[in-house]
Amino acid sequence: MRRLPVSLLVGGTLLLVFVACALVPGWFAPYNPDAFNYTALLARPSGAHLFGTDQFGRDILSRTIWAAAVDLQIAIFAVIFPLLIGSVIGLFVGWYEGWLDIVFGRLVDLVVTFPFLVIVIAIVAILGPGLVNMYIAIATVGWVFYARLMRGEVLVQKHADYVAAARGLGYSTPRILFRHILPNAIRPVLVYSVTDMALEILLGSSLGYLGLGAQPPTAEWGVLIADGKNFFTQAPWTSLFPGIAIVLAGLAFSLTGDGLASLFELRR
Amino acid sequence: MSGDILSVAGVSKHFVGRRGVLDALRGRPMPVVHALEDVSLAIRRGETLGIVGESGCGKSTLARCLVGLHQPDAGSIAWDPAALGGRPRFRASQMVFQDPFGSLNPRLTVGSALAEVVGVHRLRPKSEIGARVRELLEQVHLPADAAQRYPHEFSGGQRQRIGIARALAAEPLMLIADEPVSALDVSVQAQIVNLFLELQERLALTLVFITHDLRLVRHLTERVAVMYLGRVVEVAETQALFADPRHPYTQGLLKAVPTIAQATRPAGPAITGELPSPLAPPPGCAFHPRCPIAVARCRTERPALLPDPAAPGLARERSAPDAHRVACHLAPQAAATAPA
Amino acid sequence: MNELLRVEQLGVVFHAARGRVYAVDGVDLAIAPGEVLGLVGESGSGKSVTLRAIARLLHEEAHITGRVLWQGRDLLTLPARALEQVRGAGIGTIFQEPMAALNPVLSIGLQIDESLRAHTGLDAAGRRARARELLDLVGIADAASRLRQYPHEFSGGMRQRAMIAIALAANPKLLLADEPTTALDVTIQDQILRLLLRLVSELSMAMLLVTHDLGVVASTCDRVAVMYAGRLCETGPTAQVLHAPRHAYTDALLRALPGEGAARARLQPIPGMPPRIDHPSPGCPFAPRCTHAEPRCDRERPAMQDVAPGRASACFAQDRLGVAA
Repeated sequence: MRRLPVSLLVGGTLLLVFVACALVPGWFAPYNPDAFNYTALLARPSGAHLFGTDQFGRDILSRTIWAAAVDLQIAIFAVIFPLLIGSVIGLFVGWYEGWLDIVFGRLVDLVVTFPFLVIVIAIVAILGPGLVNMYIAIATVGWVFYARLMRGEVLVQKHADYVAAARGLGYSTPRILFRHILPNAIRPVLVYSVTDMALEILLGSSLGYLGLGAQPPTAEWGVLIADGKNFFTQAPWTSLFPGIAIVLAGLAFSLTGDGLASLFELRR
Repeated sequence: MSGDILSVAGVSKHFVGRRGVLDALRGRPMPVVHALEDVSLAIRRGETLGIVGESGCGKSTLARCLVGLHQPDAGSIAWDPAALGGRPRFRASQMVFQDPFGSLNPRLTVGSALAEVVGVHRLRPKSEIGARVRELLEQVHLPADAAQRYPHEFSGGQRQRIGIARALAAEPLMLIADEPVSALDVSVQAQIVNLFLELQERLALTLVFITHDLRLVRHLTERVAVMYLGRVVEVAETQALFADPRHPYTQGLLKAVPTIAQATRPAGPAITGELPSPLAPPPGCAFHPRCPIAVARCRTERPALLPDPAAPGLARERSAPDAHRVACHLAPQAAATAPA
Repeated sequence: MNELLRVEQLGVVFHAARGRVYAVDGVDLAIAPGEVLGLVGESGSGKSVTLRAIARLLHEEAHITGRVLWQGRDLLTLPARALEQVRGAGIGTIFQEPMAALNPVLSIGLQIDESLRAHTGLDAAGRRARARELLDLVGIADAASRLRQYPHEFSGGMRQRAMIAIALAANPKLLLADEPTTALDVTIQDQILRLLLRLVSELSMAMLLVTHDLGVVASTCDRVAVMYAGRLCETGPTAQVLHAPRHAYTDALLRALPGEGAARARLQPIPGMPPRIDHPSPGCPFAPRCTHAEPRCDRERPAMQDVAPGRASACFAQDRLGVAA
C-alpha cells in the first residue's frame, strides 16, 4: 500500500464534514435556518448563537450549515456538465486532430482571453439570474478547459501500442475511444475536476453575492455574505462566518485535488 | 501462385514532418521521411520470414503497413483471396508488439481483453467465449487464473505471451512480430521464441519476424529480407544469406554482429560512417556513402532488386520465387570480397 | 597480482517503500592495469549498480558496504573533494544513454573544456588544442566545427564518441562503461567497441565494461565476471568462461542463446522467472530455476571458490556442468 498524502487526508476529512452538513443539516444546525427571532437581532456570537444572528435574528451557524447543501450542489453541477461535455469533445478533437483541432484551438484562445467570471456573468445576464441559468452559463464556457485537458491526454494515449493493437484488431473508433482510450485518459481530468469544484464554489457564491446565482431567501454562502454586507460595520459576523465556510470548502477541494494528483503521480 | 499468401508490390510510405514558421516563410519544403521506398516482397503461406535492418530502415513501417495500421502512399499489398477464405483483411494479419508494457491496455483484465476480440468479431457464440479465452491462455502457456488479473501483475515475458494470445484471438493467418523479444532478457527470450515455433506448427501460421538481432533471425527464419533506408537490399533463404551474403551492406552487418564463437573482432570496422538521415536519403544506391566498393554508377543509378546472376541457385529460372535477390550493381564483385 | 582497482565484499541495499532491495551482495572484483573486464548479467543482476557504486554515483538512499580500493585508498570513505579528483583524473565513466549524460544546452566543446578545466592545469589555448585532439582521438572528424555543436546535433554514435572524449579528457587509468553500445545500431556498436578497444591499448587504460550481451563480452573482454540477482556467479578469462562455464547459471544462459544449434530447433530457455531481489534467498539465488540444483542449494549459499588458475565460481554443481551437455 502506498502512503496517503497528507493533503488528501486533511482535505478529505474537511470535505467529509461539509458533505455531512449538506446531507443531514438538521443534525448539526441548532436552529431552523429560516426562523426569525426578534428578540435577538444582530446578536453577537454567544453560547446561544455560536456565529451570532442576522438582522432578522436568524442563526448564522444554522444558515451556514444549511447553505452547505446548496454550495456543494453548485460544486457538483457546475463541474459535472462541463466535465461530461468537455471530455467527449476533447476525446474526438484529440483523436481526429486536423481541422477540428484548429477550430478548437481558436475557440480555446477566445475563451482564455476573457476572464471566466465575466463571460459567465454576461451569459447569466442574458438568460436571467438563478441557479439553473448559472449552470448553463458555466457549462457553456467551462467545457473548454476539460476538453483541452482531455485532448492533451488523448494525443499521448493514441500513440500507445495498445491503441495500435486495438486498431489492428479491427475495433470501431467509438469502441477504441470510449472503452480503450477514455479510461486511460480520464484520470487527470477527474483530478482537475475536484480542484475545479473549489473554483466553482467561489464562482457560485460570487454570483450569489451579486444576486445572479442562488436567490434569497435560499441560504447560500454568497447570498449570506451579501445579506450581511449592509450590517458589516455593526455585525461583521453575519458575513465573516459564511466567508470562512467558503474558504474552508475551497481549501477542502483544493487539498483533495492535490492529494489525488500526488497519489496518482500526475504531473501538474 | 506458388503459395504466396501476400504480395507487397512497389510499396512506398512517406511521413511528412513539421517545419518551422521561418522555414515555411523561406519557402522550404516540408521535411519528408522516406520510410519505405518501392518495397516489393512476396510472403509465402506458412513460412517464417525475417526482416532485418538497423534503425530507420523502415522495417517497423513495413510491419504496420502489413497489418493495415498504415496505408501505403504507393504500391499495393494484396492478399491471396483463396487463402483469406472470406476472412476480413484486418483479421488476416495480427501484430505482436515490441513493448510488452505499452501494448496492453492497463485498465482491462487479461480475460476481458481477450474476450473483447472474440466478442466484437462474433468469432464464437457468447456462451463459448469463456472457454475460448481459457483455450487461448493455454495456447500461450499462461495459467487459467491469468484471465482475472491486470497486465501490471505480469512479468515482461508473460505480458508478451498475453500480447500473442490477443493476436491469436482474432484467428489470423499471419503474425507480424515487431521486435517481440528485444525488450526481454536472454533467458526469457528463448521461452518466447519457442512459443512462436510451437504456435506456428500447431496453427499453421505464417510468421513475419522483424528484428535487429541477426542471431535470432538465423535461428528462427526460413527466408530473410535485409532492409536499408526504406529499401529491401537483399532477399534470400536464410541459410544462403548467412553463408553467402551478396550485398555489401549485408556483408558488413553480418561482420558487425558480435558472436560468442568469435574470440576477437575482425580487423577493421565492418561498416564505416553513420546511417544517413531518412529525411535526405543519398541518391543512387542509398548505401553508397558507406560502401567499401562503390563506383561512380552507384552514386547516380539506383540498383533494382534482381536475382543475383552469381548466386549458386542460378541454374533455376531467374524469376524463381526462391532466387537470391540483391539490389547491387556490383553483386558479383561484392561476392569476391565477402568474408570466407 | 598487480591491481589497479580492487572491490571487496561490495554490497548495495536500497530502502524502497516496499522494503529493502538487495541490489548487490558480496561482490569481489579486481581489475589489472590495461585489462578489459566484462561484467555481464540480465536485468536486475546488479551489474550497473556495481559500476555506479564503484564510482560512487548512487543516490543517498543506497546503503553501500564493503571496500573499493583505488591506489590503496577506499573510494567509499573518501571525502568529497578527493573523490572528485579520482573521478575525473583516475576513473572516467560513460553511460548507455549519452543524451541523458550530456548537458543539452551546452556545446560539446564547452563540456569537454569543463572536464579539462577541472582535471588539468592547461590554459585556455591548451585546452582548446586538447579538446580538438580528443575529438580526433575518438574519431569525430572536422573537430573545430563539431566543438561548437550541441548534443542534439549529433547522431547516437557521435554522442557516444563525444561522451568518451569527455571521459578521456583527464587521462583516466580506468574507464567504467555502462552498456555503452546497447542503444546503438549494430554497425555503430561495432565502431564504438573498436574505438574503445583501440583507446584501451593506445592509452594503456583498463576498462570495466558492463553489458547484457555475451557476444559483446566475447569479442572485447579479457576477463569476465557473471552476475545474477546481485551476486557474483563466476569470474575468469572470457574464452574459458564462455566455452566451459563452471556456474550453472552461465551454463544455462549460454544454452538459451540462439546460436550454433540446428535452425528452428527449440531453444533451451531458463525456466521460471527472473529473481526477486527484495526477498533474497538464504541459498543460491539461481536454485529455483536451476536444473542442476540439489537440496543444499536452497539452504546454503555457495561461496566463491577457485576452480582453475584465474577462475572462480560460486556453484555446487561446478564440476558436473560439462556432463549434462
